[in-house]
This record gives sequence, C-alpha cells and structure tokens, in this order.
Amino acid sequence: MIPAAFDYIVPDSLEAAAASLAEAGDNGKVMAGGHSLLPMMKLRLAQPGVVIDLKRLDSLRRIQVDGGTLRIGALVTHHQVETSSEVKDNCALLARVAGSIGDPQVRNRGTIGGSVVHGDPAADWPAALLAMGAELTLTSSGGARSMAAGDFFLGPLTTAIEASEILTGLSVAVPAAGTRAAYRKVKQKASGFAIVGIAVCLQADGDTCTDVGIGVTGLAGTPFRATAVEDQLRGKALTADNITAAAAGVADGVDALDDIHASGEFRAHLARLNTARAIQDALGG
Amino acid sequence: MPVSKLVGTKVKRREDPRLVQGLSHYVDDLRMADVMHAAILRSPHAHARINGINTDAARALSGVVTVLTGADIGDSVGSVPCAAANPTLRTPPHPVLAQDEVRYVGEPVAVAVAGDSYTARDALDLIEVDYEPLPAVSDLEKALQPGSPLVHSQWDSNQAFTFECGTGDMDKARAEADVIVKQKFIHQRLAPIPVETRGVVARYFPGEDELTVWSSTQIPHLLRAMLALMLNFPEHRIRIIAPEVGGGFGCKLNVYREEGLLAHLAMKLKGTVKWIEGRRENMQATIHGRGQVGTVEAAVKKDGTILGVTYDSLLDTGAYHQLLTPGMPPLTGLMISGSYKIPTLKFTSTGGFTNKVATDAYRGAGRPEATLVIERTLDLIARELDMDPVELRRKNFAQPSDFPLQVATGLAYDSGNYQAALDRALEMVGYQDLRAEQQRLREQGRYLGIGFSTYVEICAMGPSAALPAGGWESGTVRMDFTGKATVLTGVSPHGQGEETTFAQIVSDDLGVPIEDVAVLHGDTAVVPNGIGTFGSRGISVGGTAVYMATQQVREKAEAIAANVLECSTDDLEFEDGKFTVKGVPDKGITIQEVALQAHVATKLPAGMEPGLQATSVFEPSNFTFPFGTHICVVEVDTQSGEIEIKKYVAVDDCGKVINPMIVDGQVQGGIAQGLGQALLEEVVYDEDGQLVTGSLMDYAVARAEDLPQLEFDRTETPSPVNPMGVKGVGEAGTIGSTPSIVNAVVDALAPFGVKHIDLPLKPEKIWRLCQGGNK
Repeated sequence: MIPAAFDYIVPDSLEAAAASLAEAGDNGKVMAGGHSLLPMMKLRLAQPGVVIDLKRLDSLRRIQVDGGTLRIGALVTHHQVETSSEVKDNCALLARVAGSIGDPQVRNRGTIGGSVVHGDPAADWPAALLAMGAELTLTSSGGARSMAAGDFFLGPLTTAIEASEILTGLSVAVPAAGTRAAYRKVKQKASGFAIVGIAVCLQADGDTCTDVGIGVTGLAGTPFRATAVEDQLRGKALTADNITAAAAGVADGVDALDDIHASGEFRAHLARLNTARAIQDALGG
Repeated sequence: MPVSKLVGTKVKRREDPRLVQGLSHYVDDLRMADVMHAAILRSPHAHARINGINTDAARALSGVVTVLTGADIGDSVGSVPCAAANPTLRTPPHPVLAQDEVRYVGEPVAVAVAGDSYTARDALDLIEVDYEPLPAVSDLEKALQPGSPLVHSQWDSNQAFTFECGTGDMDKARAEADVIVKQKFIHQRLAPIPVETRGVVARYFPGEDELTVWSSTQIPHLLRAMLALMLNFPEHRIRIIAPEVGGGFGCKLNVYREEGLLAHLAMKLKGTVKWIEGRRENMQATIHGRGQVGTVEAAVKKDGTILGVTYDSLLDTGAYHQLLTPGMPPLTGLMISGSYKIPTLKFTSTGGFTNKVATDAYRGAGRPEATLVIERTLDLIARELDMDPVELRRKNFAQPSDFPLQVATGLAYDSGNYQAALDRALEMVGYQDLRAEQQRLREQGRYLGIGFSTYVEICAMGPSAALPAGGWESGTVRMDFTGKATVLTGVSPHGQGEETTFAQIVSDDLGVPIEDVAVLHGDTAVVPNGIGTFGSRGISVGGTAVYMATQQVREKAEAIAANVLECSTDDLEFEDGKFTVKGVPDKGITIQEVALQAHVATKLPAGMEPGLQATSVFEPSNFTFPFGTHICVVEVDTQSGEIEIKKYVAVDDCGKVINPMIVDGQVQGGIAQGLGQALLEEVVYDEDGQLVTGSLMDYAVARAEDLPQLEFDRTETPSPVNPMGVKGVGEAGTIGSTPSIVNAVVDALAPFGVKHIDLPLKPEKIWRLCQGGNK
C-alpha cells in the first residue's frame, strides 16, 4: 500500500494549477480530496508522475445561490453539501444524496468535484446531477467551458474531461417551488457504492406529472438519464400502475453490470423496483 | 473505608483510556533506531512453477539492503509448523518463501529489504519472476474428485487427512425412524479481518546472540518455541513480545511464514527488520476461517425424538497447513450433538488441498459449523413434522439433571440448564404474540420470520490431553515492598479485557485497590511461561491460574501476619485488606504492611522464604460448555431481497460472570461477526484460484449500521470444572447467532416453499427464491 514516487505540487491559484497541469500533460493528476486517487495510487493502479493538489484554492470551496442557480465549487466536501442550508433550502436532493455517500470520514474529506471527475459508474453524484440537469465547469489554461452532466460521463472511470482541464465547479438550476425529489440507493455492502442508485426530481400539477428527471447510477458502465421513463411519465397521472409501467423500462437496452455483488439480471430488477419506489418516495415526501 | 467487591460488577475496562486516546503501541508504533524495512513479493498465480527469479535490478536499486528468494534461503529456515495431530495427515513442506512452485495467490516469493519502506516496495516492482502457470483447483469438491489438478504432485490426490468420531448404529436409527431429513451445507470461507493486520519486527543482538521478535500474535510463548525449531536457534535466547494487539479472532493463533522470515533476516543482517502487513496482503495471506461443505442426515421419530445424526463433511484446507488447520473438523464433530440428547452420532471429515490460502481457526473455530448444522437440522425436522421449533427443541434437550452429560461424540458436558435460557428468551421476545403477528402479516403479503438457536459450545481449551501443545495456563501474583500487586499471565490478552477482569479477582481476594494491581502479559521475558488466548480460555484457564496464585499469596500473607501479630493463623480474620486478631479488632496488620514484612524479612516464620509471590499453573480437568438461546426476528422484503432484523434477543450462560460489561461486549462483538457470516461475508475465489474479494471494497464485514438493537440477558449456571465456576464467552456470540438469523429468514420464506438457504443470505439469493411465488 505504498505509492510509486511522484512530484507533488500545491499551486496557490487556479491559473498556476492549470499551468502545472498543462506542463505535466498525461503524466499529471489533479487531486481534490484524494479519496479516489490516493487508494489507486497506493495500489499502484495509478502512477502519476505529478500530483497537483488543489487544497489551497479556497475559491473552489464555495456554495452560492446566484439568481436561480445553485453553484457548488469542486472542492466542496460531501459533508458540506449534506449540511449546507443553501443546498437544503434550494435543492434538498443534493443534500440527501451527499448524506448517502460512504461514511462520515469519507464525507468529511471527499469532494463533489473529485468524485464526479473520477467517473466511478457506481458513484452517487452522477444520478443526482443527471436528474437535475447539472452543468459542469471545466477550466484549463486556455479558459473555461461548460458541459452538461449528460455529456460528461462516457464509461467506467472515463469522462469527457481533457487531460489539460480541471473540473472547477458545477451548477444546477434551483428547482421550481413544489418540485419533489428522492434518492433510492441499494448499497454494495462492502464499498458503500451503489449497486443501483436512482435519483428522481419531479414536478406535478395535481396528480399529473408535468416534468421529471431520473438519473441512474450503478446499473451500467456509464451513469445515465432514464429519458424513456421520463417521457412515459410526462403528462401522465402519477398512479401506482403508471409509475410501475414507466419504471419497468428503465433497464431496457441497458448492458447491466454483472459482478459478485449482483448479476446483471438482478441489477436490472433492482433498477425497475427502485425507480418506482423512488418516484413513490418523491410523491410521498 | 471498605474495599468494594469487584467480581460480578461492571468495572470499566482499564485498557480503554489508552486505546481510545491512541496511546497504545501496536507493532507499527514501535520506534527503534536503524530499522530496515521488508516488503514481500507475492504470487499473482494460484498455481505456477517458478522457472527463475532475477533480482539484479532490485538489488541494484539505491537503498536496497538485500533481496532474497526461496533459493537463497534454502533449508536455513525450517517449515512453518502444523501442530495438529492426525495419523492420516499429509503435511506438505511449507517454506517461508516459495521454493519451486507457488500454490496460492499471495504466496510469498521474494523479500526485499531496504532502509525505508518506500524503497523496499519499489524494489518489488524490479524483481522479475519467470512463472510457468500450472492447472489450479479452487473448488473443494472438485479438488477431491479423481483427475483434479494436484496441489502437491508428490501425492496421488488432494486428500489432506480424514477424521471421524461418534458412536452408535445409524442403520438401526434409520430403521427405527419415521422420517429421514437430509441437507447439504456450505460454510463459506470468511476472512477474520482484525483491524490491526499482522506485523513483525525482528531484532538480533549479535553481542548477546539474542533474538527479540515483536509480533502481533495471540501466542507469544508458543511462537517462541516454534521459531526456535524453525530457525534451529535456542529457545532461551529468543524473546517474543506481543505488544498491543489489535484483534486476532483466531487468525493470530498461528505461526506464519513472515515471522520465520523476519527473524531469519534480522539474524542474517545482524540488525532490526520490520514488516507490516497491508490489508490486501491480509486478505490474501492471513488464514481464512470456515471453508467446510457437508451433508447432514437425521433419523427422527414422528413425535420429534431424534434417534441419530450423521454429518459427513469436507474441509477446504487451502494449499498448506497452518498451525491448527486439520484441528478444525474435530471441533465440529465433537459438538455436532448440540444441546440435544442424540444417542447415535457419526461425524466424518476429509480435508482437501486447494490452490487457496490455508483455513484455520476463526472465532468459533469449527463450532459455528456444528451449531449451524444442528440448529438448522432442528428447524428442518420441525418443518418436516409440522412441529413448532421450540417444542421440538424442548423434546430433545438434555435436562439439568443429566449433567455431567455424556454425549455420543465422546465429550462430557460440564453443566447446563438449556430450558431456563430458552424460557427467558421466549419471554423477552414475546413468542406467542409473534406467531400471531406473523400470521396476520402474511395475509398482507409481508413476511416475518422467527429463528432460534439454542446453542451449546465448548470452551476453556483445554485439558492438555486434548490439545497439541498444552492446554494449561500460568498465573503469577506478586506483592512488592510497597504493597502493590503485579499479575503475570500467559494468556496474552488482545482485546478481551483481562487487565481488568484479572485485576478484579486479585483486588477482591487480596483486599487491595484495583489501581494497585497491574496485569502484565505478552512478553516471554516477563511472563515465565504460558500458552495464549484462544478457544475462550482466558478467564476459565488463565483466570483460574491467577485465582489460585492469589489464594497462595493470601495464605502466605496470613502466615506472616500471624507471626507478626504473635498469634495463630486460626485466630486471624481477613477483611478489606487487613488481618485482625479475632475479638481484638485494633490488633491488626494490613496486607501492604505484610508485603513490606515479606521483603524486609525479619519477622518471617521460621524457614519461610522471603518475598510474597506465588505461581500457579492450572490444568483444567475438562472443557466448559457455555450455552444460551438467541432469537432473531426478521422481515424479508421479497421484492428487493433485503432482510431487516426487527428484534434480536440473546440469553447467554457463560457460568459465573466476573464483569458483566465485558461479557456484554464479547456477546455483542460475537453477534456482529456471526451476523456478518449470516448476511454479508464471503471470501470468493474464481475457478482459477484468483481472489475476487481481495479488499474491503469487495469483502463486506458487518458495520455498526448493519447491527440491530440487541437485547441481552443471562442465566448463570456455574461450571464445576474450575473454582470460580467460570466458563468463557469469547466466541459464544459468533457461535450462537448465525443459526438464529438463518432460521428466521428460512421461517419467513416458508410460504415460498423455502427450506434451506446457504450463507451469506445476500438479497439476490433471497429474491430468486421468491421468484417461484407464494406457494
């Protein structure tokens, strides 16, 4: 459990961090909380020559609400999201998802940016960010660009970020009043990651669904938005039968992950079951 | 101010302040000058021939002191010992580094020593091993079939040993039976996962020609003897220190390759060498527990009378024998009768080599297998006969008047009152209401289950005749000039709290404050002799030795007091630490003053040796047999396969209790590990022998959030085997709990026609069983 030798850089500014990363190229790795990177380095599965630690970039630790947009810096810890009144008041789903991650030690140290950019297909954040239609900010020495969460996740531990880019933050539109949300997670008991995690964000007029976002993690190699289920629910009455019928399609066409913790068949079943249950939770809560 | 009687009260653990403040010293916390660090290269193959190893690049790395392979060590270090006696045993050579072949993933192949741990680890990446993969066998049953790849090619099969015990005529039992119940059981491999992994620091003193080894072990004295044999180095020049040990659960009741290897390195390099096991190494190279497969057959009368039980089993030994690997099946076989009077019992076991790390003792060590089999069998019979499982248990229970109870496996149970524990547990759980509730919920499509385990186990190991390396234990009690007491114990506690419980015993019987009693252990240079902690023997064997030494100290103190007070010992009273002359209450002497007199040595009775100390070595005449009833109530979500424990009641009887808080803690921790076995834990190797559950990201141990609220009570049936009447409680929770959880889940799923489920009860398994629908 001892990593290979590496150079360690702690830049004082985002510009300096981006410059260091540009210089290191593929040999560089950016570190936020270190909860994904360091274990891989200790197992020598990752052997970056340069580690660029963002810990001095306090500007990335902020949570702010800004004209209908909730902005969360990449270095904000899961615990901060879980307990922030800005988040709880404006987007309770994110707080709930944050509270389901790992254990208190992990939540105190692990960051939202670090987790998202690691791209673990069973992490919790992607489900929530997809359901909410979050935007990610990617910064390099050439400037910053914005990318929809739906375009970001490409495969297991693979995202659309360029080697020269740093994920600096993310934003979500503050949901309209009356929006209901829920997160259902079947925990892989050893790791605490999701065997299946379903995030639901839902608006209704009476008992008719007017809009819905559903993010799915753990089921496949890439977290995804369950657009077919969403389409089937929009405009429909939110009856138990309609919910079950819509949820039944969540795994259609999905190449479900299959491992010692759950077969593909069981994961698909759990995805259907928990999609329905998450929608019911949202309606109930 | 009277000294309070501490035995039987909840004295806070004296160990805890240093533990919770991080002030203890585990092996890795030892700071010594000029320490060299060792890193071990391990086999990535389950089975391969080593055609060559090139260590040139590793040796050339700056900071590397040496790199050794099995060829370099040759026969300069002997085989890792196996102490289990069995005439059928095949014992393969077990070198500290692989010689020509590797036989499991994680087997040590080479060691690099450097000035720091980083360089040592870097050196491993520079060692080139030319492996020629060989066919491997991972599955136990396949390993024992003809034509299987051979783990050790010098034998014609993978059979490692056979063992059998029991008595009676099973054919007759079958003929007289109305019903025969059969069931196959798979006891999955479990990883012991002590929070502190193993670790060794070995230091050789060339001037003195002495070797000191600090090791995270449960058995410092046995380790000393075994290392002396492995290294061919005199035992009296070896000192073993077990510093703070962060959990063992049986896996440190062993002698490992790394202990021999580090000692060898220290002597070869004439210095100090350190190795701390990583968690991945711990999963690969520290023993696993359980790993048994078997089939039970029970012959039963219609009224529930059990006439006979056979259990034919296989043990997955892994590739090499560790200290007690072949000793596990006898513990299963001897306890297969459970708490029931069964006239005919037959147990067989065949050990099979596989390309996996060895199995050996893990909390319970053979008894959890026996308990799971017999307690599940009772439920299978109850289902077959449509009888309440409680009624069936009562029908077959041994009665209090039957003790000492001669069991058909050959054991004599010391004492018991199984009905009392069951009655109390039923009362606590509200059994009759629960059955009504279960019926009501079933009608709503909800599935409640009630599971019982009316277990008995075997503790206080043990009579020396039954153990391979002595079953006695030593205790020394000494009072010094200033009246402080020091206790030396050979049991080497590592979490069991004997620094507290032993001090309670001494404090009460010598009338000294507990603050004035120090309990020393875990150092062969401090404690003259000992065996160690395992088999729930700490209090019953080690505690008894301390108790007996304490009585001897008191008798000597009394003789000195009588001499000083110029009276006969018959005229003395002893209370609250003071000897007084009967009827003359102001004429007295405190035990501290006696201790001073014992050392000043001017007023001693004629011929008495100075000093105030005694050593007792206690040899138990029998094992002890703690028992109890655990009742688990679950609700199963048949759609998700999730199991929720709604209620858990444990009534345990471990004989006389010294410290109820420590007993509760032991039961609680034991249940956590028993629950882990029932619901979560499973070491998985694929069919090629690759370890799939190689880290705690894939191997699920029970955590706080997995545990239900536990409700405890106790009955107290003293053991006649030792003067305090204690039995032991270290493993009871683990042994007793697992069957109650499984029985509860099977009971919940009875409407689906489910009769048995192998462990662990993972949600997918449950969900699949419910797919057939409510029958």
